[in-house]
Formats: sequence, C-alpha cells, structure tokens
Amino acid sequence: MESKKQNAPLLQVQGLTVSFSRYAQGFRRVTLPGVRDLSFSLDEGELVAVVGASGSGKSLLAHRLLGILPHNAQVGGQVLYRGQPLDDRLAGKLRGHEIVLVPQNVSYLDPLMQVGEQVKGEKGDAQKASAALRRYGLGPEVEKMYPFQLSGGMARRVLIATAVQHTPSLVVADEPTPGLHPEAARRVLGHFKELAQAGAGVLLITHDLEAALEVADRVIVLYAGAAVEEAPAASFAAKELLQHPYTQALWQASPNHGFVPLPGTQPVGQLPAGCAFAPRCPKAGPECHEGAVAYEKQGAGYVRCLHPEGEQL
Amino acid sequence: MAKRMARMAVRQMIRMLLLIFCASLAAFVLLSLSPIDPLQQNVGQAAMGSMSAEQIERLQAYWGVDTPPLERFAAWVSGMLQGDFGVSLLYRQPVLTVIGAKLANSLWLLVLAWVISGLLGFGLGVLAGATQGRWPDKLIRGWSMIIASTPAFWVALLLLMIFGVWLKLLPVGLSVPIGLEATAVTLADRLRHAILPALALSITGTASVCLHTRQKTIQALESDFVLFARARGESGKGILLRHVLRHVLLPAITLQFASLGELLGSSVLVEEVFSYPGLGQATVTAGLGGDLPLLLGITVICSAMVFGANFAADCLYGLVDPRIRKGAGRT
Repeated sequence: MESKKQNAPLLQVQGLTVSFSRYAQGFRRVTLPGVRDLSFSLDEGELVAVVGASGSGKSLLAHRLLGILPHNAQVGGQVLYRGQPLDDRLAGKLRGHEIVLVPQNVSYLDPLMQVGEQVKGEKGDAQKASAALRRYGLGPEVEKMYPFQLSGGMARRVLIATAVQHTPSLVVADEPTPGLHPEAARRVLGHFKELAQAGAGVLLITHDLEAALEVADRVIVLYAGAAVEEAPAASFAAKELLQHPYTQALWQASPNHGFVPLPGTQPVGQLPAGCAFAPRCPKAGPECHEGAVAYEKQGAGYVRCLHPEGEQL
Repeated sequence: MAKRMARMAVRQMIRMLLLIFCASLAAFVLLSLSPIDPLQQNVGQAAMGSMSAEQIERLQAYWGVDTPPLERFAAWVSGMLQGDFGVSLLYRQPVLTVIGAKLANSLWLLVLAWVISGLLGFGLGVLAGATQGRWPDKLIRGWSMIIASTPAFWVALLLLMIFGVWLKLLPVGLSVPIGLEATAVTLADRLRHAILPALALSITGTASVCLHTRQKTIQALESDFVLFARARGESGKGILLRHVLRHVLLPAITLQFASLGELLGSSVLVEEVFSYPGLGQATVTAGLGGDLPLLLGITVICSAMVFGANFAADCLYGLVDPRIRKGAGRT
C-alpha cells in the first residue's frame, strides 16, 4: 500500500467530465459546456498545458481540482491525488498550501483589501508574504496598494505570489496570460516553469498554444471540451509529428507555420454525434459521424481519432 | 485639489438651497390649497359667531387669510433670506425656539431608531445573505417583507396595545410622566417613554437595510474574489469577516444615511400615535392649524437634515472606499 502510494503520480485525472446546468429563459434547462472525458496524469516537476478555446469551460477543471465547484455542477470520472481520490473533503484540506490556484485576473483579488494583507491570507505570515512578493520584484510599496492600482502584469505576479508562499506540490494556473503583452506573458510563464523546476507539478490551463509550448513538457489539446490529443511539446516542431487533424490545423494556424485558418467554429451546447470535430475534418469519413471515439495511447502520446496521422492506409 | 474641493462645496451649497426652496414652495402650495380654514380650526365656529366683524378682521390679518398667497410666500422668503424664521402663529414664540424644543424631544427617538434599525438590519441582512436559501434566510426575508409592507403607525398601534395596554409594561404615550414637574423628570423616565416610539420606528426601518444588505452579501459571496479566497483555504467565517463585511458595510451605511428622510416621515405618524411632543407632532399641528411660519420652518430644517445626511454619506464613501479616495488623489 505504502509503495503503491509512493509510485502513484502526483495527479491522475481519469475520464473527468464537468458540466453545468441552469435555467435559462423561464424553465428551460440548458447544459453549459464544460470538460468532457478528460484523462491525463501529472508528475512532480512537470509542467503540463491544457489548451482549449476561450470560453469552453476549462476553468471548471481548475475548480474541480480545488474542490470549489458550485453545487449545481455535475461531475463524472475520477481524480486521484498521490493515489488517493481527491474528493471535496481532501481538496478542502489541501487547498491553499499543497494544492494552489493561480486565477485568471485581478477580479480574483478583493478590491477593498491591500495587496500585502491579501497575499498573506487568513492564516498566513506577513513576512512570508513580503518575501513572496519580493521574489517577483514587488517591493513594500506594492503591499500598500489596492488591486485597482496594479498593472495587468503586476496583478498576475501578485496572484502567483499568493500561491508560492507555502511551497505547493500542485500548482493550477488558470489562464495566466491573457491581456499581457508578449514580454510580460513570457515572464509570467517563466515563473511557472521555475515552480516546476523547483519540484512542483504545474497544470497550465490556457487558450494560447504558442505561449504554452514555450514552457510546457506536454500539451493536451481540447476540442469542444474533450481531449483530442496529448503530445510532448517536442512533437509541435513539425506537423507530421502531431496526430490529430485538429491539432495539425491549430499548428498550421499559428503565425510561424503559415497562418492558415481552419474554417468553421467549435460546436457549443449540442454536440454532433460521433467525433465532434468530424464536420470540420478534412479526413472525416462516414464512420466518423457515428458513435463516440475512444481516447487511446498512440505513439508518443494519446489521441482521439479514427484516422490519426501515420495510420496505415 | 483644494480648488476642486471648493468647487464641489459651492455646488453642493447651491443644490441644498435649491432643494430647500423647492421643498418649502411645495409645502406652501399644499397649505394654500388646504380646505381647512385656520380661523374656524383655531378659534372655533361658536366663538367666531359671538365676535364682532372688527375682531374677525383682526384675526384674519393675524392668520394671514386676507393676504394674497404669493405675497405671503414672498414675505416669508425675504424674511428667511435675512435669517428670520418668523414667529409661530399657534405657539406665539419664534419658530426656531419651537423647533428647537420639539427637535430636542424627537432627537432621542430619531437617534435611537436610527442606530437600532441600522445595526439590526445590517446584522440580519448579513445573516440572511450568508445562509441564502436555508431557514434563517427564509425567516428573515419573510419578516422583512412583512415589515416593509407594514405602515409605521400600525406597528406603533400594535406595540402600544401589547406593551402599553395589555402588558402595562411601558407608558402609552407622551415623553414624560403626567403630572410631574419638569425638574423631577429623570433620564430614566424619558428613556422609558421613548422606548415604544423608538421601537416602532426601528422595526419599520430595518426592512430596507436588511434586504439591501442581504443582496449585497450574496453578491459578495458569489464574487471571484470570494471564490479565490475559498481556493486558498480560507474558512467560511474568515471569508465573511475578512472579505464580505468590508463590501457590505459601506453600502449599508450609505443607505442608512439616505433613509433618514424616511425615518423623519415615519416619525410624524408614530409621534402622533404616542402623543409624543416631538417635531413630527408639531408638523401635524402646524399643518392642520394653518401655522405657515412653523410649517415652513420645519420643512427647511428637515430638508437640510436630509440633505446633510445624504451629503455625509457621499463624503464617507469618498473617505472609506480606496477606489474613490486614491483614484481622486491620482488625477
């Protein structure tokens, strides 16, 4: 038992599905998009990026890991932390010091509380808080500031500082870069890389594939909320190393690789039967439109496709 | 900075003068349109019948019945501009003296009711918001809805019946015991007489602060920063004390200042129910008796008080909310 625990990866997510339903326009129930059938594992010292379109409900993954989903969320699948089921009780015990969240933007800071007090937290230590802020180049004058006085980059660094005071094992970063200019974004991502190099497992949830590739060890690509491919960052060096047609399309859409846009948009709400990407897929055959497609190990990573790159025709 | 402040002060002064002018004009027009004849009301039909035409004419002149309304109002305004509030026709004393004496009585009630309703409403509101959807919330919300739709004078009558008539715990009216010399009245006597009217005013005052605070509490609890505080392992109590109270307190204080007008309005009826000789009762007497100088004097003082309370709330906001304080300091 003991040995099994020690060998278990830091975080294991198996078939995680999170969705939301709420009443819209009277009594019609709508299910809001979320994460569907997501599986991956994350080890200490690793930085794994989960890349998906903006507004696709990726934050729900972060909230699930911290046990702060609202009551009306529907959750399926399993999450293991060091081999133990990470339920709300365990998450409640670990969050804030062992598992930490770095949220998106300044709205996650209390607008009426000074930064120093805020970084310290309820049971924190003022000296640790100032040390954490200093580590990111934020001096004592920043401690006296209110969140509205911070620039976008400073706010991100303050948010990271809230997370690192307790030397966490698992850092969940939810969209840490939007709104920053490229230089500041690179610096913020560099801070997460440092945390991973210091031994923490870092899960980076983002919509920005380019930025993620600069720091991530592995990248998981989401399409319509479901993982379609997991690949080592190195595979993004060439289109042929990627396996899923959507990942390849993403690769081609980047400014460095031709800037070729993929026509159409991701489905929201009602998903097509079969592969969600099939309606836009250049390789799709009739078989792609019927029945769910499994997420399977293939080559260096995982892929959810009936016709992955390199298949024998 | 100083120039900006001065400009703001001047603008607020002009606003206050305009408000007072409009309020007193409205009070004057209403009194002029009132069907009550001050002579019949104050002298009595029978007494008038036995008077000579000359006497009646003198009385008409005293009550200003024969002067055209516009002229009367103009005379009052010009007196006011020189700082002269005039003499009360009913009390035959300078208006300011009458108001001073009545206000001293009412102030007890108003301050007590203001503080109690504020604290009670705030506390209940936070409790309801924090327990949203569960039984404390349902109880408090239901109670507030009932109170919000209950007129103050009815609450006053109810309290009077229960505590004054049935239980005989507290006096049924007046501000001091009957038949006691003024020097023999103790502070305890005054307090005992103020309890019921103050309670009636407090109860009706809680509803709006409570419902408003509940809404703000829920809003704060659903905010991103509370979600993040939870993600950082802060306890429910810590979140409430460290984050939510901060966000709820300011709006509540503002609302409480702004509700002073309502409180003054309710106090008129409540004082009437308890025969409490305060400003409210004086207003009713002046209105019914056609005592123009007194009524307009009360209007001016009350408008100034309401305006002052709102102004104080504005200033307080600027001082306490860092977004306004520092934002203003930067530009």
